[in-house]
This record gives sequence, structure tokens and C-alpha cells, in this order.
Amino acid sequence: MFKFHYRLERSALGLVGFIILVASIGGFIEIAPLFTIDETVEEAQDMRVYTPLEVAGRNIYIREGCYACHSQMIRTLRDEVDRYGPYSLAVESQYDHPQLWGSKRTGPDLARLGNKYSDAWHTAHLYNPRDLVPQSKMPAYRWLLRDQLRTDDLGQHLAALRAVGVPYTDEQIANATQDAYGQANPDSLEASGVTERYGEATNIRSFDGQRGRLTDMDALVAYLQMLGALTDAAHTTETAEAE
Amino acid sequence: MFSDFSRDERIFSFIILGGLVVAGLAMAIAGRGDLLSTHGWLIFGLSLLAFFAAVRQFDRPEPSAERLSEYYDAPTRAGLVLTLIWGVIGMGVGFWVAALLAWPDLTFDVAWLSFGRLRPVHTSGVIFGFGGNALIATSFHVLQRTTRARLPDAISPWFVLLGYNLFCIVAASGYLMGLTQSKEYAEPEWYADIWLVVVWVVYFAIYMRTLARRKEPHIYVANWYYMAFILVVAILHIVNNLAVPVSFGSAKSYSLFAGVQDAMTQWWYGHNAVAFFLTAGFLGMMYYYLPKRANRPIFSYRMSIISFWGITFMYMWAGSHHLHYTALPHWVQTLGMAFSVVLLVPSWASAGNALLTLNGAWHKVRDDAVLRFMALAAIFYGITTFEGSFMAIRAVNSLSHYTDWTIGHVHAGALGWVAMITFGSLYSLVPSMFKRERIYSNKLVEMHFWLALAGTVIYVFAMWNSGVIQGLMWRTYDEAGTLSYSFLESLDAMHPYYIIRAFGGLLFLLGAITALFNVVMTIRMPAMEATPDRGRDLPAEPALQAGE
Repeated sequence: MFKFHYRLERSALGLVGFIILVASIGGFIEIAPLFTIDETVEEAQDMRVYTPLEVAGRNIYIREGCYACHSQMIRTLRDEVDRYGPYSLAVESQYDHPQLWGSKRTGPDLARLGNKYSDAWHTAHLYNPRDLVPQSKMPAYRWLLRDQLRTDDLGQHLAALRAVGVPYTDEQIANATQDAYGQANPDSLEASGVTERYGEATNIRSFDGQRGRLTDMDALVAYLQMLGALTDAAHTTETAEAE
Repeated sequence: MFSDFSRDERIFSFIILGGLVVAGLAMAIAGRGDLLSTHGWLIFGLSLLAFFAAVRQFDRPEPSAERLSEYYDAPTRAGLVLTLIWGVIGMGVGFWVAALLAWPDLTFDVAWLSFGRLRPVHTSGVIFGFGGNALIATSFHVLQRTTRARLPDAISPWFVLLGYNLFCIVAASGYLMGLTQSKEYAEPEWYADIWLVVVWVVYFAIYMRTLARRKEPHIYVANWYYMAFILVVAILHIVNNLAVPVSFGSAKSYSLFAGVQDAMTQWWYGHNAVAFFLTAGFLGMMYYYLPKRANRPIFSYRMSIISFWGITFMYMWAGSHHLHYTALPHWVQTLGMAFSVVLLVPSWASAGNALLTLNGAWHKVRDDAVLRFMALAAIFYGITTFEGSFMAIRAVNSLSHYTDWTIGHVHAGALGWVAMITFGSLYSLVPSMFKRERIYSNKLVEMHFWLALAGTVIYVFAMWNSGVIQGLMWRTYDEAGTLSYSFLESLDAMHPYYIIRAFGGLLFLLGAITALFNVVMTIRMPAMEATPDRGRDLPAEPALQAGE
């Protein structure tokens, strides 16, 4: 073996080839089967896609780096299930490009946050967390309430998501901008189209409490309010006891 | 820089800079109304400045042919200074975000001052800015000395160094504006990723071209590690960053992967960024500078072979230990755990090899703070890899994951191992690179050593404590079978540790500032007239660059 190496380390190309070969094995064996083994991701008939407003909200969640302190992955441990709710299934993030499972809980897990608090609570909490939770370490995101949400390119966002595998229809892509407006303005003409295209269960509310104006806050709260609500699979499937 | 270029090389550099000016302008125009245009203008402005600076120097006399019989160290010199500048920036931001966790109102209602946007500036600043520049600078030096051949041309090392720093600037400024893919340690968006691939290909080409010209039949161990670093980082970077941009006028992209496959790909990348960026590259550094400074040969050649291939093979399996008890299939978690545990063997072989090399030179470790930096780095490498294997065990991970324990572990590695070996190598390299007799102040090096050690220990102990407390509070049940503590109570318990941690980080930062000061003062010292050593630090023979 050492004799072989004695020759190998005299050849630059030999070393390059060997390094690539040896380093590729692990990743290949662990990652490739995840795309081919069917049991990796559960089936969920009721799985829905994010609305344009929720996509925009998710992008704000990413922009502000919320994932650095909040996970969206409840592990199969008893205390986590007791604290946060049913443990997370793979199917729940199958349309998440990329996933936001997170790696650190400076703040609590958010996988089951949807509809746990009111919109007004979220808006006030994001505006200044310490008004509601004095010990909180979260930054105050006041600018979310000031900044107008950009919606003109949401159709392109949905199209890009379709290109990577999310089943958006042509109609959803074509109406993305007005659907974003409609979802946050229940009294508007645009609101009815949202239910039509995304289902009855979609939250259609003025999330930030300001009518007629679409802010970053609207989008982020819309996103937070449907976390864990894309499918009921985690609540209904007969899942094994948490360890 | 320009005085080292021949006429053809000067013209070629105009073409590169001109291309960048055009590319920046194109981005600025295509991205109207999007943050992409801000980056377009930034690239346009920086490359235009560089272009004019280059034009002004065009008529300088051409370099003498003698230069080709010497090593080409100018990029290394610049890289060493950039390393320290990024170090102070990255660690400074690190201290600030640590303070934000203790006193969140320091955000002052300014979006780019908020924790979520500053945190990747810290992580990228220290990993890619500080670590990456250190690797590039030292790899050029080590490559030439161990092959006894000059770098193949004058332009490509500068292209790699400056191009890489452009990537770092685009990345860091993007985070402040909210541009991120959200993948940890792979945050930069698609256009920055593509640019890094271009830079990386040239970097790899420098390595292969220099190796092809080597005068030593054997390729030295340090170069195996640098090559593994370059090659594997390229594979990881390309696969994990595959994404579809919203449009060519938009900075935003969507990852090709989703959900569980994305999580596995991300942590395959994330853990191996630790393995091949923060371990393999710096082991390359250790295998050259530690024996050199101690003036002892490497303890065991066979141990270095075993540890090299062990690390290259096994690390790539370990990423899934970041996903224990998640929706990732159980078999992948188990594989990740098993390989993480076995990984301790090659890791300790490397650490042991380094420490045994110091046998017979321990008096130097006592007297020489520079060598002590490197010895301490090897010790921390051993400690951290043991801790890492331990934390990868599923039952331990159930407690440590999501807590500050992970942060403590990472910093034991980043401060104790990566930064210490870098400072040690840097201090031993700076005088000879700048042709100064010695470092400006040995007392300051000594002070830096103790600041760094104290800072690391305080930081790591604070995070161990807070992490374990946090993990235990989350899982404690009372007699009635309900959870004993609310999340808020666990957060409250962290507060004192967050303050202690910030203090530890501050000490480490002060050390880095000391290093920057010391190096700048060294550069300002008068150059040596003639060195007795000088005759020896030369390539094997006048290496003419025919046809290159």
C-alpha cells in the first residue's frame, strides 16, 4: 500500500483523480438514493403550494435571516412533540426551495406556528418583540411595516419555482401579482380569485391591519400564519411514537 | 504588482478588467429596479478603478528577466495583509452580533444592523475572508517551496487573489442588503457563485501548472491537502449551489433541491466546508509551517498518508449527523453517525503527527510564541475532532443539537484550531516574505497568544455551559409529566453566558488587531540589506517560462 502511494504521490494527475474518486463516494451513496427511494417523502393528497404572498413572505423570512435563530423541524423526540406539536414530516417541506429546517434555536421552533397567535400579535411582536415578550432577544423589525411589498415580479418567482418542481399552474403564474394583493385585502375584487386558485383554506385577511396598503409585514405574517398548514399529514398519519 | 508584469501580461490584464467593467455594467442595466443592479454598479466601479490604475502604470519599465529565477511572492504578501484585514472585520462583526444577542436593541431600527443580516457577514468574513485569504496566500508560498518551481505566470495568482476578494465583498455587501440563499456558509446568490467557480478553476490551474514544472519528484504532503481543499470545495460548491434565477435581471434564485434532499445536500456541503475548507486546507498549512518552524521533520510519513486518505474518504459521509431525529431517513442518519465516529482515527492521526513532530523541540514551544500558536492549534484540533465525533452520536446529538453547544464546538475549532494555526503560520511567514529581519515586536506576539487563548477558553466554556443548560431545560419533565420549563425560561438562563461569550470574543478580536498592527509595523521596518539565507530561498534552477 505504501509502495503504491510512493508512486501515486509522484503524479499530480493521479492524485487529482484519486482525490475526486475517494471524496465522491460518500455523498453519492447518501444523496442519490434520496431522489429514487419512494419512501423518503410521504404521500400527502392535500398538500398545497404557497400563495404568491406567502412566497414573498418566505423570501422576507430568508432575507432577514430568521432561519439563523428559528428552526422549522420538530424532531422525533417526546419533549419536542410535547412542546411544539407533531414532529415534522419530509412531505411538509417538499416544495421548500431551499428548506428552512434551521440548525439553531435561539428562538423557538416555528414549524407549527401557523394560526397559533393572531395577526395583530405577530405584527406587534415583529414591530417590537419586547412590547409583548420583555425577555425576547429578537431584533425589532419596524421596517417591515414601513416598506411597500414588491409584487410586480411575483409571476417570475412562481415560474422559477415551477422550473425547479413546484406544480404552479399557468393561471396561478399569470395572476400572481393580483393574488398577492387580494390575499391581504379581503374586501377587494382580487380576493375571490385567491380562494379559487389556492383553495378555501387559504388565509385571506389584512395581516398587518392596514387596509389597501401591501407591506412586507403583510407578506411575512401571511407566511408565518400558514407554517405547518400546507398539509394535515403530520396530524392525521398514524405515526410511530416519538422516541 | 504591475511592475512584475510583462507587456503581454499588462495587455491581458486590461482585457480581464475591461471584461469585468462590461459585466458589471450589464448587471447594472439588466437588474434595473432590483438589488442586482447595486452589485452591478459595485463591480463596475471597482473594476473601472482598477482599470485606470492599471492604465497609469502601463509605461513602467518591464521587469528584468532575472525575476524568473526567483519565487513569485507578491500575491502572497498581499494575501497575508488581506487575511488580517478580513480577520479584524469578521471577528469585529462577530463580537457585535454576540453583543446583539445580549442587548437586541442595539439594532437601532436599521435593517442592515439586524442580527439576521450581520450574522452571515461574520461567518463568511471569518471563514472565507480570513480563512480563504490565508489559504490562498500560504498555498502559493508552500507550493513554490515544496516544488522548487516558480508560479507559472504573473497574472493568474493575482486574478485568483483579487477575484476571490471581489467574491467576498459581493457576498458580504449582499447580506447587508438582504441577498442570501439562506443555505448556511453558501449564502451568496447565483451570480457570485458563478464568479467563484471561474476564480476557482484558475486557482486549480495554477496548482497543476506549477506541479507540472516541479523539480522535486514527490509531491509534498501539504500539497495533497491544498489540492483536496481546492478540488472538493469545487465539487461541494457547484452541487449545493445549483439554482434557477428568477430572471437574469434578478438577484434572487431558487435552489434546485427542496425539502429533505435539499437538507441532505446542504449539510453534505456544510459539514465538508468544515472538512475541506477549515480542516484540509489548514492541515496543509500545518504540515509545512509547523515542522519548518520547529526545525524537525514530520514524525511519520505513513501516518500522514493514512490520515490524509481517511479524512478525504470519511468526512464526505458525515454531513447527515446534522440531521439526527429529523425527517431525513434513518439509514442516512446512521451512516453519518458511524462515519463521524470512525473519523476520529484519521483526525487524531493528524493531530498526533503534529504533536509528535514537536518532540525534541518542546523547549522552542516554551520560548517561541509563534510555534506555541501552532502547537496549541494541533491540541485544539485534537480536542475539537473528539468533541465532534462525540456530538455526532445520536443520543448526544439529541441534547446538543439546536443549542449553543454547537456554537461552542464550532468556535473551539475556528478559534482554537483554524485561527491559531493561521496566526502561527502568518507570524513565521511575514518577516521572510517582506524581507524583514524579524517581526516588529515579539512581545506583542506573546500578548496576542495569551489574548487568543484566554478568549477561546472563555468563549467555549460559556457556550458549553449555556448549551448544556439549554438542552437540559428543554427536555426536563416534572412529576406530573409536563415540561418543567417554558422556552422563555431557557432563553432567560442564557443571558449571562451571552455576555461572557461576547467578552471572550472581544479578547480574541483584540488579539487579531494586535496581529494586524504588528504586521503593519513589520512592513514599515527597513528592509534587510543582504540575507545569509537568501541564496537558499530560490527555485531549483533559472526556470524560464518558455511558451507560457
